[in-house]
Amino acid sequence: MGVIVKKKKKRELAFFDIPKNRNMVVILLYAVLSILLIIDLFIHRHGDFHWEESPEFFAVYGFVACVVLVFVAKVLRIIVEREEDYYD
Amino acid sequence: MIENVPLGAIFIIGALFVPFLKGKIKSSYILFLPVLAFITLLNMPDGTHWVLGFLDYNLILVRVDKLSRLFGYIFIIWAFLALLYSIHLKDKVQQTAALIYSGSALGIVFSGDLFSLYIFWEVLAISSTMLIWARRGRESIRAGFRYLLVHAVGGLSLLAGIVIYVAETGSPEFGYIGLNGAASYLIFLGFCLNTAVIPLHFWVPDAYPEATVEGAIFLSVFTTKTGVYILARTFPGTELLAWLGAIMTAFPIFYAVISNDIRRVLAYSLLNQVGFMVCGIGLGTALAINGAVSHAFCNILFEGLLFMATGAVLYMTGKSNCTDLGGLYKTMPITCGLCLIGAVSIGGFPLFSGFISESMTITASAKESLPIMWFILQFSAVGVLHHASIKIPFFTFFSEDSGIRTEEPPFNMLLAMSIAAFLSIFIGIYPDVLYRILPYPVDYEPYTLGHVIGKLQLLFFGVLAFCLLIFSGYYPSEKRTINLDMDWFLYRKPVQYGLPALQFIFGGIASIMGRIFTESAPRVSANFISKPRPKTDRLLSPMGVSVLIATAFISILSAVFFLL
Repeated sequence: MGVIVKKKKKRELAFFDIPKNRNMVVILLYAVLSILLIIDLFIHRHGDFHWEESPEFFAVYGFVACVVLVFVAKVLRIIVEREEDYYD
Repeated sequence: MIENVPLGAIFIIGALFVPFLKGKIKSSYILFLPVLAFITLLNMPDGTHWVLGFLDYNLILVRVDKLSRLFGYIFIIWAFLALLYSIHLKDKVQQTAALIYSGSALGIVFSGDLFSLYIFWEVLAISSTMLIWARRGRESIRAGFRYLLVHAVGGLSLLAGIVIYVAETGSPEFGYIGLNGAASYLIFLGFCLNTAVIPLHFWVPDAYPEATVEGAIFLSVFTTKTGVYILARTFPGTELLAWLGAIMTAFPIFYAVISNDIRRVLAYSLLNQVGFMVCGIGLGTALAINGAVSHAFCNILFEGLLFMATGAVLYMTGKSNCTDLGGLYKTMPITCGLCLIGAVSIGGFPLFSGFISESMTITASAKESLPIMWFILQFSAVGVLHHASIKIPFFTFFSEDSGIRTEEPPFNMLLAMSIAAFLSIFIGIYPDVLYRILPYPVDYEPYTLGHVIGKLQLLFFGVLAFCLLIFSGYYPSEKRTINLDMDWFLYRKPVQYGLPALQFIFGGIASIMGRIFTESAPRVSANFISKPRPKTDRLLSPMGVSVLIATAFISILSAVFFLL
């Protein structure tokens, strides 16, 4: 009996079930992103390629790469996707 | 006491006593073996030991230098952690197989000639198959057979290569080979298959998710990383490898994004990580080799940690599909935290071990002025974050609550994971500990402001992209499906259609031959030798004659092959 009560309590208190906590994580993410963008304007990076040295290059590349990755994966899925028992 | 004992022997001979032990004695005995091996390696001087004569050649069972010592250390550390993780098992088959498997990997690392390498190689293949079969389900048995057959083909290719190579050069030395001539290509093929270099990678996502929870911890490390070690010794600076490695970092990521089984996602992420190592070996500069080797060292710890965490989830819930999991952080917070450390390390966040090793290979590609390779590698560096750092923890521990209520895994599992997590962070903060034991002197500083900020930008904007895609619904939803991979082209379809064709061709030949040797030939010869013979003269009986003809036929065939 005691175990069940404890579990119920845990479920009520779960961190990400509370909207306020979720919003906090999102705000934290945006804060980190803005700080990174601002710092990058003031430092000089030494790179082996000239584009590495231009400010905000990595931010743009990181974002674009992820979006491209997901969309290519979606196309790939159309080609290679099969039912779970395909090989049986 | 015998000095400089081959480390593989400690594990392999030690494994033979496991079936006779029970309970706590068995557990402490199993954990004692890697400790003994580690102490032996610490006291072992550089150079070759245990040289045995075999035919006209020398078998070198122990060759210690910087490269083999580094792999020796990490293999023994991992063997210890993986054994600790699986110490609760009552299944002695698995524990014995795991010990033999670890021992054969160490045997390969320390062997100084191709013959002893080959012997350990085959032991490695067979013992690892046992870890897949030990799950005992129908799917695992079938996957195990496919795995064994693939490795048998690789082993044969390697054996053929070694025989020709030794015949040509007269020396079975296990050193630089380089791509020139048929022998080297056969050896290369065998090695690449074990390292899962694209397009020979299909067996990893096919077999590893079907292995036992504990077996996958061993499998995820030893087979591919021994391959990396061997390639670093025999084919450094091979341009083909650099490009195959670069493709190998990128290609599996797409599959990882659309795979449902989290252990399959991890198998693809393993391929991506090995890609960085293979690429570094292919580049061949001191920085690149250091990068490849140090990445192997760090990767064993954090990739293994991820396999342990997902294994713990499978062990406790019996489920490993993204579609079945979610919300587990509520009931498995410690496992969740440890998984996140592994995830952050593999993503290469500063202060974690992935950061200090992965970037070496990427920088090496820039130093060689290869912009396309650099872009592919950077793309993959974000891709790792996407599928390994975010997808695995997100769909397992967060995401929509699946309603599963479970508990933390056994203490020994948590302890093994904690040590791996600690080492991942420790190496990330004090990279010099690792840099000091690398094969070449290190002239590389990972913690510059520009590098740290650049990497953080790359990663955090990747996180942003993931969040935006998942909340807008563009992220590929998790589905109960499987995805075709290279094995579909290489053997699944060919076997489906090829096997009946082969049966038709060889069956046809066999029946024709059969008719010639058992019906026509005896009749002809019986007519030819018309005089009636006493029945005791077996040689000239119809049966005897047909055997004679068959023997002659085979002799001619072998003579033809010999002359060719």
